[in-house]
Amino acid sequence: MEPSTGDSRPMQGGAPTHDRTSASPPALLIRQAFPSARPMGGELATYHLTATQAQWSMAAAAISSDAGNRPESPSRLIALWGASDADGRPLASAVYGLADGLLWVDLPLDPQSRQYPDLSRAFFFAGRMQRAIFDLGGLRAIGADDVRPWLVHARDADARSPATDYPFVRVSGAGVHEIAVGPVHAGIIEPGHFRFSVSGEKVLRLEARLGYKHKGIDARYTQLDPILAGRLAGRVSGDSTVAHAWAYCMALESAAGIELPPRAAWLRALMLERERVANHLGDLGALANDAGLAFGLAHFSRLRELWLRESDALYAHRLMMDQVIPGGVLVDLDASMVPRIGQACRSMAEEVQRLRAIYDEHPGLQDRFRGTGTISTALARQLGMTGLAGRASGLGRDLRHDHPGQPWSALSVHLCLSSQGDVAARVAIRFDELLESLRLIEAIASRLPPGTHHRALRLPQGHHCGAGAVEGWRGEVLVGLEIEVKGDRSRIVRCHSHDPSWQNWPALEHAIIGNIVPDFPLINKSFNLSYAGHDL
Amino acid sequence: MWQILRQAVRIGICPKSSAREESEPVLMSPAEVSDRQLQADLRAALGRALSIRVVDAGSCNGCELEINALSNPFYNMEGEGIHFVASPRHADLLLVTGPVTHNMAQALVDTWQAMPAPALVVAVGDCGCTGGIFGEEGASRGRVSAVIPVDAHVSGCPPRPSAILAAIRSAVQGVAGA
Ligand code: SF4
Repeated sequence: MEPSTGDSRPMQGGAPTHDRTSASPPALLIRQAFPSARPMGGELATYHLTATQAQWSMAAAAISSDAGNRPESPSRLIALWGASDADGRPLASAVYGLADGLLWVDLPLDPQSRQYPDLSRAFFFAGRMQRAIFDLGGLRAIGADDVRPWLVHARDADARSPATDYPFVRVSGAGVHEIAVGPVHAGIIEPGHFRFSVSGEKVLRLEARLGYKHKGIDARYTQLDPILAGRLAGRVSGDSTVAHAWAYCMALESAAGIELPPRAAWLRALMLERERVANHLGDLGALANDAGLAFGLAHFSRLRELWLRESDALYAHRLMMDQVIPGGVLVDLDASMVPRIGQACRSMAEEVQRLRAIYDEHPGLQDRFRGTGTISTALARQLGMTGLAGRASGLGRDLRHDHPGQPWSALSVHLCLSSQGDVAARVAIRFDELLESLRLIEAIASRLPPGTHHRALRLPQGHHCGAGAVEGWRGEVLVGLEIEVKGDRSRIVRCHSHDPSWQNWPALEHAIIGNIVPDFPLINKSFNLSYAGHDL
Repeated sequence: MWQILRQAVRIGICPKSSAREESEPVLMSPAEVSDRQLQADLRAALGRALSIRVVDAGSCNGCELEINALSNPFYNMEGEGIHFVASPRHADLLLVTGPVTHNMAQALVDTWQAMPAPALVVAVGDCGCTGGIFGEEGASRGRVSAVIPVDAHVSGCPPRPSAILAAIRSAVQGVAGA
C-alpha cells in the first residue's frame, strides 16, 4: 500500500494541540542530543555523524517525535539517499534539520545484505526516497511497506510503456473509475504520469508515477571533476539553477574548508532572489490563466520577459546558469549597475502591486482560488512539507530566516506565512515573497560589501565531506558531497542533490482529494513542483 | 473590469509600443528586431498555420522555460499563427528538449509516430543536440537523433527564444523549399 495518499496514518505523537505548547519539552538540539556528531565547518552549522544501525533508528525516532510533540519544532528530515564510500562500501545517508543546524547521518551497511532500518514510518515522504535508493543502488529499507520501483521503470532497454505494468493502488466501489494522464501532457510541461480515481467529477485519490526524467545525476557526479560538477548541479532543475549551484558550491567550499569572500555571498544572494522573482512572476501569470483569466498570463509573462532580459544584461544569461561557481561568482556587479537595479525593482514592485489589486478584486478568480486544494497546518506537518507550499500551510520555516548566514543576517528576511493552505494562500505567499525579494535585491545591491567576488579554490589532500543548503524559491535545496584528493587528482566519491519537490509531491496528492478533476491543473500549478529535480 | 481594461490600455501592445518601452528602466535586447524578421519569414513559408507539439524527453526544465517564453507578448507566437497543440495528431512539428532518458524514449517514439507528415523534428538545447552535460550513458540515452530522426538542431543551454524560432524556421523552410 502506497502510504502517500488516502492513508492518514498518524505519526508518532499525532497532531499536537496548541495548549500543549506551554508544557512542551525543550528544543531538540544537535549538540545536546548527538554529542558525538562532529562539526563540519562551512557557512551553515552542519554536523556529521557516522552511525550504527541502532543510532540511525534512534536519531530518526528522536527527531520525528520532537516534530510531532512540539508544533513550533523545526525538526525534520530533509534528504535521504544511498551511495558508496571511497572503498565502494554501501552507505545510507540522511540529513536532518534541527533548531541549531543540520545533522548529516551516515550509516555504513553490510556489503552482503545491503540493508538499513526503514525511515518511512517516522517520516512520511521517506518512502519514495527509499524506493529510489533501492532502484539506484540496490540498498533495501528493512520493514518498509512499499517496495515498488520508483525511478527506474524497466531494466530492459526495450520494455514498452512502463506505466501500464506499474501496480497503482486501486480504489473500488460503485461508480468509481480511473483517469490516466501522461507521461506526455497537453501543455509545455515536464513528463509524469497521474492516475486519478474519481467518482463523477470528484477525485477520490490521485497517485503520481514519476521518474520519467531520471538521468542518473548522482552517478554522473562521480564521473566529473569536483570544480566542473557545479555545472551539473546547476542543471538538476533549471528553474532553480542558482539555488542548486549555490548548494553544491557551499558543499564543496565546506569540504575544502575555505571561507567564501563576503562579497561573493552577497552576489549569490542577489541572484537567488532574482531567480525567486522570475519564477513567481511566471507562476502568478500561469495560475490566473489556469483559472480562466488569460489577462493575468499576458501581463505577468510580459513582466517575466522584461525581468529575464534584465538578468541577461547583467549576467549574459537569462536564467543565470553557471554564474555561481566554486569559490564565488563568475562576474562581479559593476557599481554603475546599482541604480539601475534599484530602479528596476521599484518599477517592478509597482507593476506587481497593480496586478495584485486586480487579482484580489476579481470575483471569478478568487472563487477558483479560495478553498481549492487545501492542506491544513496539521496535515502539512504530518506530510513534512517544505518551502513555499509549506509556508502557505502555516509551516513557518525558511533557511534565510532560521539559519541566517551571510548575507541574510544583515537583511532580516521577512517570513511570509499563511495558515489557509489553499490555492489562494499559495498565490498570496508568492505575491508577498515576490515583493520581499524585490526589497532584498535592492538592499543587497546597495549594500554590497567591498572585496573580491571570487577566490580560487584549492582542494586539500585526503577525503572530505561537505554539505550545503539554500532556500530556493520552492524550498530547501540540499547537497551532500564527499571528495577525494590524491596528489593532483581530485574526484567526487559521492554527491547527492536534493530538491524540495521530494517533500511536496506527496502533498499535492493530498491537496486534490475531494476537489474536482478540472481543478487539478490549477492545484498542480499552485505547487509547481519540479519533475527534473525529483527524478534526478 | 474597468481596472483590467485600464491596465490593458496602459501597457498597450508590446513590444510594439516602443515609446512606452523606451521609458522603462529595463532595456530591450537587440534580439527583438530579428524576432520580427523571423516571424515574417515563418509566415511567408507557412501562411498562417504551424502546429507544434513539445515533448520534454528528459530536460532540466530550463529549455521548457524558454519555449514557454515564446508565448509571451514579446514573441507573440500565437498571434503569428503558430500554435502549441495538445495532440501529436494535430502537429506539423515536434520540439524535443533534453537528453532522451531511458524512461522517456518509448513515449517520444510513440508521440513522433502519431504525427502526420511531414512530422518535422527540432532538437532543442545542448542536451537535445548532444546529450549535454548529462552524457549518453546509463539512464540518459543522450541526443534526440539517437532515438528519432531530427530535421534541425538548436544549441544553447538553454537556447534563447529567438534561436528556437530560428531553428523552427530552418526546419520549415527545409520542407517548403523541397
Ligand atoms: S540544454 Fe541546458 S537548459 Fe536545456 S535541458 Fe539541457 S541543461 Fe537544461
